[in-house]
Parts: sequence; C-alpha cells; structure tokens
Amino acid sequence: MSEHTSETRDDAPAGKSSPPPAHGHAEHDHGHGHGHHYPNLAHHFDTPQQQFDAGKLGIWLFLLTEVLFFSGLFCAYTIYRAMRPEVFVYAHYFLDTKLGALNTCVLLISSLTAAWAVRNAQLAETRKLVVNIVITIVCACTFMVVKYVEYSHKFHDGLLPGARFHPTEQVWELESFKHKHPEASEYAEHLTEAAKAKAAAGAAKPAEPAAAAGEHKAGDAAPAHPPIERVTKEQVEPLLKAGVLGEKAENPTVPSKPRNAHVFFSIYFFMTGLHGFHVVAGIIVWVWLLLRAKKGVFDGNYFGPIDYAALYWHLVDLIWIYLFPLLYLIH
Amino acid sequence: MASPSTTADVVAPSPAGRADENYLTHEKGFLSWILTLDHKRIGVMYLCSVLIAFAVGGLFALMVRTELWSPGHTIVDADTYNQLFTLHGAIMVFLVIIPGIPAALGNIIMPLQLGAKDVAFPRLNLASYHLWLVGAALMLSSLVINAVDTGWTFYAPYSTSTATAVTPAAFGAFILGFSSIFTGLNFIVTIHKMRPPGMTFFRMPLYVWALYATALIQVLATPVIGITLLMMIVERAFGIGIFDPALGGDPVLFQHFFWFYSHPAVYIMIVPAFGVISEIIPVFSRKRMFGYKFIAISSLAIAFLGFLVWGHHMFVSGQSVLAGTIFSAITFLIAIPTAIKVFNWIATMYKGVIHLETPMLYALAFLWVFTIGGLTGIFLAVMSVDVHLHDTYFVVAHFHYVMMGGAITALMGGIHYWWPKAFGRTYNEKLGQIAATLVFIGLNVTFFPQFVLGTRGMPRRYYNYLPEFQGLHQLSTIGAFILGTGFLLTAGYLIKSLKKKADAPANPWGGTTLEWLTTSPPPYYNFHTPPDVTKGPYDGYEELTYDEKIRGYVAK
Repeated sequence: MSEHTSETRDDAPAGKSSPPPAHGHAEHDHGHGHGHHYPNLAHHFDTPQQQFDAGKLGIWLFLLTEVLFFSGLFCAYTIYRAMRPEVFVYAHYFLDTKLGALNTCVLLISSLTAAWAVRNAQLAETRKLVVNIVITIVCACTFMVVKYVEYSHKFHDGLLPGARFHPTEQVWELESFKHKHPEASEYAEHLTEAAKAKAAAGAAKPAEPAAAAGEHKAGDAAPAHPPIERVTKEQVEPLLKAGVLGEKAENPTVPSKPRNAHVFFSIYFFMTGLHGFHVVAGIIVWVWLLLRAKKGVFDGNYFGPIDYAALYWHLVDLIWIYLFPLLYLIH
Repeated sequence: MASPSTTADVVAPSPAGRADENYLTHEKGFLSWILTLDHKRIGVMYLCSVLIAFAVGGLFALMVRTELWSPGHTIVDADTYNQLFTLHGAIMVFLVIIPGIPAALGNIIMPLQLGAKDVAFPRLNLASYHLWLVGAALMLSSLVINAVDTGWTFYAPYSTSTATAVTPAAFGAFILGFSSIFTGLNFIVTIHKMRPPGMTFFRMPLYVWALYATALIQVLATPVIGITLLMMIVERAFGIGIFDPALGGDPVLFQHFFWFYSHPAVYIMIVPAFGVISEIIPVFSRKRMFGYKFIAISSLAIAFLGFLVWGHHMFVSGQSVLAGTIFSAITFLIAIPTAIKVFNWIATMYKGVIHLETPMLYALAFLWVFTIGGLTGIFLAVMSVDVHLHDTYFVVAHFHYVMMGGAITALMGGIHYWWPKAFGRTYNEKLGQIAATLVFIGLNVTFFPQFVLGTRGMPRRYYNYLPEFQGLHQLSTIGAFILGTGFLLTAGYLIKSLKKKADAPANPWGGTTLEWLTTSPPPYYNFHTPPDVTKGPYDGYEELTYDEKIRGYVAK
C-alpha cells in the first residue's frame, strides 16, 4: 500500500541520489517547467492530472488484487459452509455479536472521516484534514483493541484454529444459546446428566434413541434415560442444526460438538486475522499521511495519496461489512 | 527526406548513433544501481538475476538428466533426486520464466517502445525487483535448510506433512507473486496513462500488447496463488484443516486454487514470448506485420480464456465428467487465438526478405518447437487421452516444448534482438548463430524422446525406470548437454561483448518501433526529444536503408 501512494510523491529524494544532467534539457524540450509550478509532480509525468490518473488506476488495480486475495478465503468459506452447515451454526454461538457490531460502527465512522479527509485535501483545509485523519486512526485503533479483546476471549475459551481447538464450554451452556433456545439447552443438559448417570451406574444396556419430534428421524436424537415423555421440536431442533446431536455430531450417543468444528475457527481466525493485518497496514499509511498533511503538502493539485489511502480504507471497511454477517450473524 | 514514424532525432548526437551520456554511464557505484528508479537499470538487474537463476535451475536440470542416465542410482539418491527436480521446477517457473520476459526485457524495452520517459510507478518497479531478490533468497534458503521435495506444484497434503523446508520455499513463491503483481500493475497503468501524443492503442507494438495481456493475468491470477500458499503455510504451522484431509480439509480444493493461478501463469510465461516473436519476425522479414490487429486482440483472448481452463489439470482428480467436458472444450478454444498468431507470423514471412540473423533463428526455432508444444497440448486436452497420458513424460515433454522451447527460446531471441540496444554492444554474430542452432537441436533431442517415453508409460518424477526406457532416457540426457553447451557458449560471447567498446548503431536490425529511434544505449531520459507518433509500429521498412559504415539502418 505504502508503495502505491509513495509513487506519486515528488521525486526529490531520487533526484538527490541521482542528479539527472539531462533533466534541464528534457524540461526545455517539454516546455512545461513543471518543477517550479508543481513541487509534487514526479519527473516522468507531464501534468498533475496525468500523475493523479495514473495513481488512481494503480490503486484500483491494487484493490482488485486485494479482493482476489480475499476471494480464496471467501471461496473456502463458501465450500465449507455448504459442506458442513452444522459447524457454522454451532460456531456462531461462540461469537460476540455485540463486539462485532461495535467494530462495524467504528469502521463505518472511520470510512466517513476518510472520505471527508479527501475533500479537505482537495480544498487544502489542512486543519480539518489533520482532524479527520486523526479520527480515522483513532477508529482504526479502537477496532484493533476490540479485536484484541475478542481474540483473547477466544484463546481463553480454547477456541483456537485447527488441531488446537478445545472449547472449554459446551455450546448449549453458552448464554447466547440459552437465550435463543432455552428448551434445547435444558434438554441437552438433561441428556448429558442422564448419560453421566448411566455411565456411573455402569449400565451395559445399549443406547435407546429418544423419540424425535415431527420430521426428524428417531435415530437422530441421543438416548434419554430415564426417557423423556415427549420431546418437542424446540428441544431438539436447535441441537440437530448445530450438530450437537445426530449423525453430524462427534459422539452420536451424547450431546457433543459437530465433527470438524475447528474448521470454522480456522477460517474465522484466518479471515479476521488477514483483515486485521490490513487494518494495521492502513494505520501505518494514515500515520505517514498525517505527518505529511501537517506540513500542508496537499491541495487541489496534489491530493492523490489521501484519495488512494481513503479508497484502500473503504475496501478494508467493505471486507469487514462482508465478514460481519458471514461470521457473526449466521442463522 | 521521409522520416520514419516520428519526428524525434533519428540520428542521435554522434554520427554512429552512439550516445556519450547514457543510462549505463549516467551514474556509478553499487547504490546507484540497487536503488535506481530507472526502468532500464531495473530491467538490467532483473535480467542478470534471472539469468543467474536460469544457470542454477539449468544445473539442477542437468543433474536430473544425468541421474536418469541409468535406472536406479547413477549420481544421487532418490530423496536428493526429488529435491533436485522440485528446485529445478520451482526456480525455472517462479524465478526465471515468469519474470524473464515481462520484468527483465519488458522493463528495459517496453517504456522505450511506448515512447514514455519511465513506467508509471518507478518506486513500485524497484520494489518489485527487491521483492524478487527476497523471494529468490527464501526459495534458495530452502536448498540450504532441507531442500523442498514436493514438486513445484506444492500439492497438499504431502506439502503440509513432509519434513523438508516447504515453508521458506512457499513463502518465497508468495513474495515472488507480489513482485509479479507489482510489475503487472505498473505495466497496465503505464500503457494506459503514459502513452505520448499519437500513440494510440492500435499503434502500440505487439510486444506492448502482449505485455498488457500478460499484466492483466498477473494482476488477476497471482493474488489467488498468494492466498493459497499462505493457507498452505498456515496449514503446516497450525494444522488448520483447510487442505489436510486428516483434519477435515479438502486437498482437491488446493488443486483448484493452485491451478486457478498456475494455468493462467502458463500464459504469463508464453504470451510475452509471443510478443517478442511478433517483434522479430516483421523486422527480419523486412515486411509489414500481417494481421496486426488480430495478433494484438488474440493476446487478450488468450488471457481471457486462460482463466477458464484450470480444470484440465485435474481430469483425474475426481471432478465431475461435466466439469471435465467444459474445461476440455474451453481448452480447445485456446488453440484458435494461438493459431491466429502462428498463421499471421507465417503470412508475414511469406514473400518477405528474410534475414537469418541470430534473433530470427530463435524466432524460427520458436515457431517449430512452439507448434509441437501447442499441438501436443490439444492431445492432453482430450479427456480420454489425458487419462492415459496424465503424469507421464508426455506431459513433461509438452510443457517443456512450450516453456523451454517457447518461453526460453523467445527470451533468448529477445535478448539477442535487444542486446545492442540495451548495452550498446554487438555480439559475435557467427557464434550467436552456432549457439542458436545448438539450442534448437538440443531442445528437440532432449524433449522429443520424452513424448515417446510418455506414450509408452514412463511416469514423470520417477527416480527409477524399466530397462527398456534406457535408450530414450540417454538420448534425452545427451540432448540436455547439447542444450547446456549452447547456453554456455551464449553466456561466453555475450559477456565478452560487454568488455569491448560501445559499437552498436542506433538501429542495427532496421526496426521501426520507437526504441530504435533513440541511441544505443538509450540516454537516461530515453529520448532526446519526445517522440510524436504518426504511424503504426511496423510501417516504414522501405524508408530505411543499411549503412555499411555504421553497420546499422538509417533513414533514406
């Protein structure tokens, strides 16, 4: 990213390291003498407009590569979600929708201030430009702090990617699950208790499947001992959908987690991690632009870097706008 | 006096078209090179690095071929053999062919052909080269640690479980991907925004068109291999279970991702080669390019279709017959724009005044070997045939005819064609012709027997083989050493040419594209006066005449 914006800077450092004797000659031929009028115009461009257009096309192409870069992960997400819907239903109870929503708001605000900063740069409003960039940076840092809080909760609860995935809590014990499906949570507790009691009693009797409600096959649900008189749809369906019971579960006889549940957290950490990396890269770019903005280098003839950084920032925002519902708002 | 296509000073400062000031002598010292923003210097650094990598990759190839001289152990053990062919493939693909024509020759020549002062983003251009160095270092570090043995394709789950140093090699390829993206992005913007007045899209040389199509593929395909390799590295490090079936992952997904990039990458390698050939053939036939627009557009057609055929690498991976049929049909379609090019080149030569100098010899060699390489690709696109030939030496022969015979032959042709322009020196023409002949013979002796081996069932990447294959294997090994001799000779006379005084005229071959209007080597700012383009790139051969005194072409 920084390379892109830096391209459109004036060529002063290069000029120092490589004084071009032909420069004056070339300028006479062109008859622009642009070195005097536009201090930020690089030597190989004829006009600020050409420089701006080149940068703009460049940043759009760069954003295109970014979209394609993330597309591999979105593709993996789509495939695994289609293959294992229960894992995604199971896993979403572990995510904190409130923190996700907070981060969405924070990023949206920062996108607004980034867009505003472009206008400030065009009008050479240095003070407002600095304020808007600072707000953008503060929002970006807030986002990272919230992410840190989320990640540390996940690490603490054993929700790690891949082979290290050992959740300390069962999904039906979670507040988010209880709140939505109180009957199912109770039922799962009940089944677990029953299985424990049975194990304690050392009963050798083979598992006797509970009668599942309505459209579900009898074999889907786990055993109940002592048998529950009537199993309702509310009790069993959320558990089946989350792969806690039934053939998708790790253990078909007692409430457990779905097989390959760790894949969700692999994808979750990979996507949010890569997104977070882009937020950090954005913060670095904004800090650099803040230092330049303070010097008042941006005006109507030279506002490209702010424009490009804002475009990049909108893309980072946009990717989050997709990640939030895909990861947090699964139903 | 009829001037060629521009009003620029055709005859540069000194009578012979030599410049006193040029980009090579402009500044001195190591830092003036490694930190330069000049596209020509970056191109020269790329060229040197790519050729060094080519020598290393070639050495590995010779070791592989020597090992295959006899069944069983010849010079190395089986594990070392796996590492040798892996590094040969990875180096040749990622370090040599992909950056070879676009980043090395393209950087030196493309802005000159376009009439621009530089590429749009000189710093990004330098960053691209620095990333190449980092990527190369990482890839070669694997050699020192415990050389990677997965094959250049890094297929999961072997790549996620082998004990060899896959991570540095894959991370190197990841970094090289960014190097390639930066070059592509830079070229697209340069071609769109840096054209001088009069340089319309259909006045651009075909090399520029080819680089444009290549750049589109680089930008659109490379990010996908980036994320794929990153996932593979993370899979190795944390066992995330995306590709590893033991953890619930899908190894075929890796293949899809890999070939979504790597098939278009085949066109990153060959389309610029088409561009070089399109420059050489009209100049050495002294005839206007036949079907210019068709060749230009066919590059874009190949780039587009190249994205829709990756499944033809996976006919035996268990993908559905329907998917296979569609991939197969689209693969056949690619033959059309490719044939358009070949027929137009031949039509250009028809009734031309053909000059058989070294670049043209390489171009003719290209036509021969690339046609064989391309047509055998059609065999492999037929699903039923591919099931038989999949992972045999037939495939090895096919892609070496295209990559080595196509891309490297064109790279050699391009190097010889633009050598006087880039370095201001002429090389020994006689030795050039001998080397080109050796390369052509070596190529065919090395790879043609492999077609036969493949159809008879010799599987690729095998250390051992049945005794009845030995004769053909030995023939192939002899060919490899003929090739090596040809390249060694080339290195010798090219290096020798650098030691003599600058003697190249501005226009040694009688080209009409813009790079021949400036001095050899070009000045720091490319043109003493900016070109004002009024004609197509291949117009005006009749307006040039050969001047014995300067051994180059001048306006009549």
